[in-house]
Amino acid sequence: MTYTVAAALGVVGALLLDLAILRTRLVAGLVFWAAYPIVLAGQLVSNGVLTGRGVVRYAPDAILGLRIVHAPVEDLAFGFALVLTALSVWVWLGRRGIDAPDPPRPR
Amino acid sequence: MRHLTYLAVLGGCLVGALWLEPVLRVGVLRRWRRLLLTVVPVVVVFGAWDLAAVAAHHWHYDRAQTTGILLPGRLPLEELLFFLVVPVCAVLGYEAVRKVLRR
Repeated sequence: MTYTVAAALGVVGALLLDLAILRTRLVAGLVFWAAYPIVLAGQLVSNGVLTGRGVVRYAPDAILGLRIVHAPVEDLAFGFALVLTALSVWVWLGRRGIDAPDPPRPR
Repeated sequence: MRHLTYLAVLGGCLVGALWLEPVLRVGVLRRWRRLLLTVVPVVVVFGAWDLAAVAAHHWHYDRAQTTGILLPGRLPLEELLFFLVVPVCAVLGYEAVRKVLRR
């Protein structure tokens, strides 16, 4: 399996977690899409440094070769899956009353 | 100093997000149990992906730009820290946006 395929599966997995498994439905709401560009900007800068300076190096045959700010486009999918997973679990735990109460809000 | 490159990037991410806790009072770090329970599955799942990707030669890390401390599976320590730092920063950003939109 290439990184391209793995990254696509990662996005599908994160969407399934959010929409069907934990049912936090963040991608159907406004807050996630308002926050994501900010997180993405941070990712482009930090990942741009990591990939631009060669801290992380990719096998050419594992990626498409399309790059955004030095990073393979697959990293955007990896980052999306990572962030959506973390936020979905965070919101789910809140709705289950872990730590401060965080009742479900209409979106 | 070159071996601290990756650590410095992670430090930069934290600097960019941690101010939200005191300034916007998002209460993310205060809810540390919930944050811990969020980070653990992320570390497990994405750490496993990272291990598999290194084993499959999808990517590798420059030894000269990492501390050289290796975890099982030859993952640099920084990768574990990455999977701690990124969720914390993402949750801080999410809660900050939620707080601002609610105003």
